[in-house]
Amino acid sequence: MSVTKPLTGAQATAEAMRQINPDVVVAYPITPQTPVVEFFSEFVANGIVDTETIPVESEHSAMSATVGAAAAGARAMCATSSQGLALMWEVVAATPGLRLPIVMPVVNRALSAPINIHCDHSDSMGAATIGWMQIFSENAQEAYENMFLALKIAEHPDVLLPAMVLQDGFITSHGVENVKVLGDGIVKAFVGDRNPDRYLLDVKHPYTIGPLALPDYYFEIKRQQEEAMINAKRVYLEVGNELSRLTGNKYPYFEEYRTDGAEAVIVVLSSAAGTAKDVVDELRNEGKKVGLIKPILFRPFPYKEMREALVKFAVVGVLDRSMSFGSYDPLYADIRNSLFESERKPKLQSYVFGLGGRDIFKSEIRQVFNELLSGNLDSEHHKYIGLRG
Amino acid sequence: MATIQEIVSRETPLAPGHRMCAGCGISPIVNTVVAASDKPVIIANATSCLEVTTTIYPFSAWKIPWVHLTFENAAAVASGIETAYKSLKKRGKITDDVNILAFGGDGGTYDIGFQALSGALERGHKFMYVVYDNEGYMNTGNQRSGATPFGASTTTVPAGTHSFGKPQWRKNIVEIAAAHRIPFTAQAAVHNLLDLYNKAKKGFGADGPAFMAVLQPCTTNWHYDSELTIAYSRLASETNFWPLYEVENGKVHINYKPKERKPIEEFLKGQRRFKHLFKPENKHVIEEMQKMIDEEWERLLQLEAAQVRF
Repeated sequence: MSVTKPLTGAQATAEAMRQINPDVVVAYPITPQTPVVEFFSEFVANGIVDTETIPVESEHSAMSATVGAAAAGARAMCATSSQGLALMWEVVAATPGLRLPIVMPVVNRALSAPINIHCDHSDSMGAATIGWMQIFSENAQEAYENMFLALKIAEHPDVLLPAMVLQDGFITSHGVENVKVLGDGIVKAFVGDRNPDRYLLDVKHPYTIGPLALPDYYFEIKRQQEEAMINAKRVYLEVGNELSRLTGNKYPYFEEYRTDGAEAVIVVLSSAAGTAKDVVDELRNEGKKVGLIKPILFRPFPYKEMREALVKFAVVGVLDRSMSFGSYDPLYADIRNSLFESERKPKLQSYVFGLGGRDIFKSEIRQVFNELLSGNLDSEHHKYIGLRG
Repeated sequence: MATIQEIVSRETPLAPGHRMCAGCGISPIVNTVVAASDKPVIIANATSCLEVTTTIYPFSAWKIPWVHLTFENAAAVASGIETAYKSLKKRGKITDDVNILAFGGDGGTYDIGFQALSGALERGHKFMYVVYDNEGYMNTGNQRSGATPFGASTTTVPAGTHSFGKPQWRKNIVEIAAAHRIPFTAQAAVHNLLDLYNKAKKGFGADGPAFMAVLQPCTTNWHYDSELTIAYSRLASETNFWPLYEVENGKVHINYKPKERKPIEEFLKGQRRFKHLFKPENKHVIEEMQKMIDEEWERLLQLEAAQVRF
C-alpha cells in the first residue's frame, strides 16, 4: 500500500501536497521553506498536479491570497518560515477568526536579529496564541503524515480552524530520510474534497465574510473560536485513528518514549527528540530510569493528559528551542501550567538549547539526564545547553 | 451605450441602510461600477470607509459576495479569489462566470496596499481594482496619504506657522498602474457616473487586470456642506486638478477637456483642508499648485497626442 522513498522533510511535505492536490497553492520563497514550494511548483510545471499556483510578491500577500482563495471556496495552501511568518503575521492572526481551514507547513527557523537562517522555534512560538492549531513533526515521515492529519482536522465541521504543520529547518527540511509514502488513491480517498457550506464563488448565495464586529459581538465570535479549538483536541484523536488505519502509526497528543518506571524525563519537541531517544536507549542500557516525552499537538495543548503523564515521574526537564524573553520559555510554561491542578508534582527544570541552529549533542542530553537525576534543580530559572561562556 | 436611467434602474449591490456619511459619494461609485458588470461580481474590500460602513456585524449591506481581510491586501485577496475561480472552474466544481473586483481607499492603495497591488497587476490576474480616492486617511480622521494633494492640511502634516501643509505633490497612481502594461487603467470621478460606468465596462471587459482611480470628495474631512460633493468633484475636473482620462492598451485618451479651465482657487475655496492657503503668506503655494496643474495637463495632452504606448 505504501512505498519507501528517500525524501527530505521539505520533499515529504511537497509529496503530501502533491497527493492532496489542493485547488490553489501560493508560493513565496523563504529559507529553509523554499524547497517545499519549489518541489511543488515542479509538480505543477510537469502536469503531475493540476493545482493553480500564485507566485506572489511577499509573504504578506502569500497568506492574503491563500485566504482569498479559501474564502472563495478553494482548498488553498501556502508554506512559510521565520521572517516570512513574521511578515504575514497580521493575516495569520486574522485567518482563524474567518474560520478558514488553511493548512500551512512551517519550517522552523530563528527570527532576526541577528539574522540567522537555521533552526529554532522562535518563529512559530510567537504565533502560538493566535488561534492556529500547531502540530510538530520529529522527522520527514511525521511531516508527511501530519499534513493529512492537519487537513482533516482543520476542515472538520466542528473545527474549521487553520493549522500549522511544523518541522525543523534544515535538520528535517533538508535531511534525507526514508519516508513511507502512501498510495495516491489512499490519500485522495482520505482527504476527499473540501466542501464548504458557504463560499464567495457560490454567487447564488451571497456571503459577507470579514465584517467589522464591535464590542457588542466581537467577544462572542472569539469565544466561538475557542470552542472550535476545544473541539479540535477531540477531533485530533478521531482523525488520528482514521489515519492510523492507513499508516499503521499512532497519532497521540504526545509521544511517550520508554517512560515506564522512569524517574527522569525530558520533554522536547521535533528533531531533538530523535537525538534524545538515542540517549534514553543508552542510559536505559546502563540501568538508568529515564524516558522522553515528545509533544506533537502543541495547540490546542493537552494540559490534562500531559499532567496525567507527568505526575508519574520524579523529575522533568523541559528543553525549549526558543525563549520567551522575560517569562518562562514557551514549552516549559505549558508543562509547568499543566501541573498546577496536581497535588503531586515532579521537580522541574527548564533548559534552552539550539538557538539559531546550534547543534545539540548526545553528550549534552546525557548531561541533562545526569543533572535531573542528581536533583540539583531550580524550577524558576532556565539553564542553557551548549552555550559558551 | 447605457443611459443613466438604465444604469440606476439596475439592482444595486448595496442595500439601503449602510452607514456612510450623508453626502458621501462612495455608494454611487460602487453601485455604478458593479452595474457595469454583465456577470455576478465578487468584491474584495480593503479596510476602509466602505468596509466599516457596510458590514457592521451582524448586519451587511452587501447583496453580492464580499470579503474583507485587512488593510493592505485587497489586491492579493482578489488574486486568490481569481485563482480559486480558475481552479474550481477547471475542476468542474463551479459553473457560474464571475467578475472579481477589489475596492480600496487611497491609503490602502497608494500607500500600505501598494506592493500587493503592484504584485497582482504584474501577475496579470483578471480582476479590476478600484480606488475611491478621497485624498487621505479619511476613515481615521484626515491623515496624510500618498494621494493627499500639495498644500492640503492634514492631521499628520497640519498647516501651521512653519508649515503650509503637505509639501509634496501626490503620487500619480494611474500612470504607475499603467506602467505595469495592463490593458486598462483610468481616472474617473464621482460627478460623472456615465463616464465611470463606461470605464468600468471596459475594465471588466479587459483581457487582464484593470485599474481605476475615482475621485471621491469627502464631506467630513475636506469639510464642506454635504450637498456639495458632486460640485467639488466637477470642479476638480473643470480645473484640471483631476483630469478624466483612460489608458486603453497603453494609449492615453482624455475623456473631458474643459473649454476654459477654471483657476484652482475655484476648487480650493470652501474646503477646510485648503483654508490656510488663502492667507497672504501662502499665495505662493496656490501659484505653485496652479503651475503644476497646468504643466501636468500639458504633459497629459502630449501623451494623448503622441499615442506612444505606456
